[in-house]
Amino acid sequence: MTGNDGTGSRARAYDDGPLLLGVRHHGPGSARAVRAALDEARPRVVLIEGPPEADGLVPLAAEEDMRPPVALLAHAVDEPGCSAFWPLAEFSPEWVAIRWALEHGVPARFIDLPATHTLAWGKEEEKEKEGAAPTGPAGAGDMSSSSGPAGASGPPGGAGPALTSDPGAQPPETGEAVRVDPLAALAEAAGYDDPERWWEDVVEHRATDEHVFAPFLALGEAMEALRETYGTGGHDRDLVREAYMRLQVRSARKEFGDEVAVVCGAWHVPALRERHTVAADRALLKGLPKVKADMTWVPWTHRRLARASGYGAGIDSPGWYGHLFGVPDRPVERWMTKVAGLLRQEDRIVSSAHVIEAVRLAETLAAMRGRPLPGLTETTDAVRAVMCEGSDVPLALVHDRLVVGDVLGEVPASAPAVPLQRDLARLQRRLRLKPEALEKELELDLRKENDAERSRLLHRLRLLGVAWGESAVSRGSTGTFRETWRLRWEPELSVRVAEAGVWGTTVLSAATAKAEADAVAAQSLADVTGLAESCLLAELPDALPAVMRVLADRAALDADVGHLAQALPALVRSLRYGDVRATDTRALAEVAAGLAERVFVGLPPACAALDADAAAEMRRQVDAVHGAVGLLGEAVSAAHGDLRARWHSVLRVLSQRDTVPGVIRGRAVRLLLDDGELAGDETARLMGLVLSPGTPPTDAAAWIEGFVGGGAGGGMLLVHDERLLALVDAWLTGVPGEAFTDVLPLLRRTFSAYEPGVRRTLGELVRRGPGARGSTTATGSGAPGFADEPDLERADAVLPVLRLLLGLDEDEGVEGIEELKEMKDGGGLVGVGG
Amino acid sequence: MPVSVHPTTADDSHNQSASANASAGPDAHTSGPAPAERAEPEALRPHAEHAFAAELAALAAQDDRPRPARWKLSPWAVATYLLGGTLPDGTVITPKYVGPRRIVEVAVTTLATDRALLLLGVPGTAKTWVSEHLAAAVSGDSTLLVQGTAGTPEEAIRYGWNYAQLLAHGPSRDALVPSPVMRAMAEGMTARVEELTRIPADVQDTLITILSEKTLPIPELGQEVQAVRGFNLIATANDRDRGVNDLSSALRRRFNTVVLPLPESADAEVDIVSRRVDQIGRSLDLPTAPDGIDEIRRVVTVFRELRDGVTTDGRTKIKSPSGTLSTAEAISVVTSGLALAAHFGDGVLRASDVAAGILGAVVRDPAADRVIWQEYLEAVVRERDGWTDFYRACREVSA
Repeated sequence: MTGNDGTGSRARAYDDGPLLLGVRHHGPGSARAVRAALDEARPRVVLIEGPPEADGLVPLAAEEDMRPPVALLAHAVDEPGCSAFWPLAEFSPEWVAIRWALEHGVPARFIDLPATHTLAWGKEEEKEKEGAAPTGPAGAGDMSSSSGPAGASGPPGGAGPALTSDPGAQPPETGEAVRVDPLAALAEAAGYDDPERWWEDVVEHRATDEHVFAPFLALGEAMEALRETYGTGGHDRDLVREAYMRLQVRSARKEFGDEVAVVCGAWHVPALRERHTVAADRALLKGLPKVKADMTWVPWTHRRLARASGYGAGIDSPGWYGHLFGVPDRPVERWMTKVAGLLRQEDRIVSSAHVIEAVRLAETLAAMRGRPLPGLTETTDAVRAVMCEGSDVPLALVHDRLVVGDVLGEVPASAPAVPLQRDLARLQRRLRLKPEALEKELELDLRKENDAERSRLLHRLRLLGVAWGESAVSRGSTGTFRETWRLRWEPELSVRVAEAGVWGTTVLSAATAKAEADAVAAQSLADVTGLAESCLLAELPDALPAVMRVLADRAALDADVGHLAQALPALVRSLRYGDVRATDTRALAEVAAGLAERVFVGLPPACAALDADAAAEMRRQVDAVHGAVGLLGEAVSAAHGDLRARWHSVLRVLSQRDTVPGVIRGRAVRLLLDDGELAGDETARLMGLVLSPGTPPTDAAAWIEGFVGGGAGGGMLLVHDERLLALVDAWLTGVPGEAFTDVLPLLRRTFSAYEPGVRRTLGELVRRGPGARGSTTATGSGAPGFADEPDLERADAVLPVLRLLLGLDEDEGVEGIEELKEMKDGGGLVGVGG
Repeated sequence: MPVSVHPTTADDSHNQSASANASAGPDAHTSGPAPAERAEPEALRPHAEHAFAAELAALAAQDDRPRPARWKLSPWAVATYLLGGTLPDGTVITPKYVGPRRIVEVAVTTLATDRALLLLGVPGTAKTWVSEHLAAAVSGDSTLLVQGTAGTPEEAIRYGWNYAQLLAHGPSRDALVPSPVMRAMAEGMTARVEELTRIPADVQDTLITILSEKTLPIPELGQEVQAVRGFNLIATANDRDRGVNDLSSALRRRFNTVVLPLPESADAEVDIVSRRVDQIGRSLDLPTAPDGIDEIRRVVTVFRELRDGVTTDGRTKIKSPSGTLSTAEAISVVTSGLALAAHFGDGVLRASDVAAGILGAVVRDPAADRVIWQEYLEAVVRERDGWTDFYRACREVSA
C-alpha cells in the first residue's frame, strides 16, 4: 500500500482537514498504526495531546540517554507536591509520534490545555476535598495522572485505558454526572464482555497491511456515534481542553499549511473535527485558574504504568504491550520463548517441546474463542496449562517479570531538575541546614521544633537512600530527646536525590512512597519492624498503615516464634516512645497486641525439646516479651482483653510443663513471682519440686540459673528469702559427687554474674548456716561487717540527696526514708551500694 | 485383571431411546458427583452420554462448526455442553460444571490439540465428573476407563492375555485382551485414567510411549496398535497427594494441566454444601435440622479462611493448616454435626455440634496445626461479632 501510490494516499490524508489520528493511549497497535500513518502522510508538523509547556523538552527525547518509559512531569513551582504526570512508554503512540517528528526533522508540539491550568484545577479540587478528607500530595498525583495522556479511563478495574484521555479528570468523588466508558459501550455493542479484549482484537491485533488510515477513520466514526449519544460523558472539562486543542490546530495550520497531523485520544477526534468559531473557543478558555508550572522528564517504570500501582497509566500489561510493539513478527512464538527463558532461569524444566505445545494451545484457544490472534488471556492460559503444570505460582512470576516487567526508564542528565531536588533545597534553606562536603557533627534537641524537623528530614532522606546524615551515638546526655548526626554531603548524593525523584515530588511524599514500597519488598519480619520504627522517627504517618499491614501479614505467616518475639520489643518501643499522631499509635498498638497474642499461642510448643543454647536464646526472648507485654499492657484496646493476665497464664503453663527446659521454667516462675502472681509459698513449693532428688541435677541447675540468674537482682532474692536460699543450699549439698562437676559450670555462670557485694553477703549467710540465721527483723543481727546498730546520724546525711533523687517532698518523704532505713537494717544497702 | 471392557460401540451412543430425555435433574448445578437422573431404570447411575443423550443430540444437530477427526461435537459445542447455554432452537443445555469458563475452554482445547489432559485438584472438585462429561461429549463414550490404584498393573494400560486362548491357539490377536486405552487408540476415542498418581511409577511410564509416539507395540506378536486420529487421554489426579507416585517429568510434559479450583465465592460453596448435606441427610434418614444454614455458613467461612490464609474481609492473614479443607470435608463436618444434633442434641445444629468436627478436619498434624488453629481462634474468631458461642465451643474441644 505504501510506496506506489504514496503521493495519492498522502494527498488523501488531508482531504478532510488535518490528519486526525485518534489513538488509545499506550496501545501498541495504535502506536504502530500511528507510525505507519505518519510515514505515509509525512506531515509538516505533528501535534500531540499533552501539555504545551513541554514543547521545549521534546528535543531531549532524541538523546541517547533517554530511554522510555519516562514521564512528563508538571508541577507547581511554589508547591512541588502539586504535580501531574504524563507517562510515555516505548509503545505509546505519543512517544512514537515524538520520535517520528524528531527523526524526520519535523516540529512536534503539544496542544493540550497548558499544565498551568490543569494543575490549578487539581489544586481547587484538592481544596474542595480537604474539608471531607485531607489528602496528601499523593492525592494530587492521583488527580493529575488522569488528566494527562496517561489518563486511565475512569472506573477502576473496568474499562479500557484511556481511549478518552480524560475520563478521570475528575476524581470519582466529585464526578457528578454518570461516568461513561466509551470503550465499554463499543465493546458491548460488539458482543464483548471485556472492553480491553475488544480493543485488542479490533485495533491492536490488526495487521497493518490494510490501508494505513482505515483504522483511524473507522474509530473516529465510532467515537462520533458515541459522543452523539453520550455527549461529554460527564467530563465537562473536556470541552475546554478540546477548545484549546482546536485553537492550536488552527494556528498550526496557519503556520504550516494543511499538512498537519494530530495524535490525540480517540475520544477527542470528533470534537477536533467539529467546526467552531475562534471566538466561541476563546470564550470557553476565559478565566481559567492558573498556577506557575514547571515541566521536566522523569524516569518511569513499567510497574508504575500498570494499573495496580499508584500513578497508574491504566494498563495492566505494559510488558506484554512492549513485547507486541517491539517484536518484528510471530509475537506469540517469541513471547512463549521469553516465558520459557524466564522459567528456566528460575530452575523450572521447560523444554522447547513445551514452547511448541504452549503456542499450539494458545492458537487453538484463540480459534475456539473466535479471536483473530491469541491475546494475553490465551497465552496466559496456555502457559499455565503447559509450562506451569496448572499452578498459579510460577505464573505469578511470569506476570510480575514479563507481563508487567521490570523496565526502568532513563532520563538524560540535562533534563531540568526534578521537583524533589527543589523541595529539598527549600527545606535545607528553611531549616538552615547547608549541604557541605566537610563532615560535621550535629546535636539535635528534639524538644525544639526546628531541631525536630531537621531530624525528620534526615530520617526521611535516609529512607530515600540519600545518606547525608549518619546517626551517631550521643555523647553526654542519653535522653531520648537528643540525637546526634554526622553530616556530610557527597556529590553523588545529588544523583541519589534525582533518582529518588521517581518516588514523589516532595521529600515527605517520596519518603512515604519509598517506605511503603520497602515494606512490601522487605525480607524478614525484623526488617519491617525496623522500617516501622524509621517511619515513626521520620514521621511518615501516611506510610505507617501500609507498613503496619505488611507487618501484620508477615507476623501472621511467620511460624517462628523467635522472630515474632524479636519483633515485639522494637514495636512496643516505637509505641512507647514514638511521637506519632494518636490514630497511628492505635494502629500500632493493634498490631503489637496481635503480635503478642501470636507469641502467646506459639510460645509453649516452641519451648519444647530445646537444646541448651536454644533454651538460653529462648529465655532471652521470654524476658524480652515479658518486658514488652508490661509496656504494652496499658496501650492496647479493650478488644484484646487483659494481655498481662494472658501472658501470666502462658508463663504458668511454661513453669509447669516438664518438656520445657529448666532454664525457661525457672525464668517463668521468677517472672511470675516478680509480678506478684505467685505467692512466696508457692514459689518455694515449685522450687522444692525441682530441687528434689527426682530431678536430674543438671536440670535443676538450669532451673536455678533461670530463676535467679541474670542481672535482674536474682542474688538479692536469695539474700532476702531465706527459704529459697535454704532450698538451694540443701539441694547443693545433696548433689552427688559425680553430678557436681556437671552442674558446676552452670552454677558458676549463675552466681558469678552477681555483684561482688551480693556474692559476699550470700557467702556470709551460707557460712553462718541455717541455724544462725534468725529472722531478718531481729535487731542486733546485722550483716557481717556492719555494726549492730545503724549509725543514724551518718545515715541521715544522705536523706536530702535521696529526696532529690526520688523527687519527694519533705513530708511525704518520711515513709520512703523509713523504708530505706529498714532496708539498711536488713543489709539491703550492701546490694545497692555494691 | 481389573480391566473393564464395556461392549459399547461408539455408534449406538446417539440413538438412545426417548426415555433418556434427561432434562437435567435438579442436581445438575452442583459441581459434585452423583447426580440422580432417571435415565435407564435399571442403572443406579447411568453414564453421562446416556443421561444427557438428548442434549448431546441437540448439540450435534445444530453444531455447524468444524469438528476434529472422530469428534462427535465441535470443541465449541463441547464447551457449551459442559458450561450450559441455550441453543438457537431454544434447547436448554444444563451446566454440568459450575466454575470458571477458562478451565473448560482450556480443557477442551487441549483435547483438540491432541495433547493429553491432566485434571488436578483437591478431592471434591469434580475432576472425575468433568472428565466423564468431556469424554461423553467428545467421543460419545465415557466408559473407556482405567481406575488407578496402587495395584494397577501394566496390563490395565496396555493389554492382557486370555490364557485359555493363549494355551489353545498360541499368541494371536484373538488371545489378546485389549485395555481401555488400547481400544481408545484403535478406535480414535477418548480414554480416561482415574487417579493417575496412585498408579505405581513404572506402570505410569507405560503411558509415555502411548502419549508421545501414539503407538502401542505388541512385541509378542511383532505388531503394534497405532492410535487413530481422535484418540486422546484424560487423566485425573489429586494434587494434595502428590507424594504418592509423583509423575515423572517425562510423563508430565505430555500433559496439559488444568487445576480445578475450589468454589470461588462463599455463597456458591454454602450452596453446594447445604445441597449435598440435604441429599446425604435424606439418604441417611437424618431428621432435617431447622436453621442449620447459619452454622453451615460458619463452617464454610472457617474452611475458606483457613484454606485461603486470609480472612473473608481480606484484612488479616492467617496460616493455613496442612489439611485440604475441601468442600467435601465441609460437607462431612456438617453432616456429622447434624447427626450429633439429631441424636444427642435438641435437633438444632449448633456451634458445639460442628466444633469437634472442625477441629478434626483442621488439625491433621497435631503439633503445627494445633498452633495454627489456636492462633486462628484467638486472632480471628474471638473478636468476631456473634461468634462467641462458636469460640467457646471450639475452646472447649481444643483445650
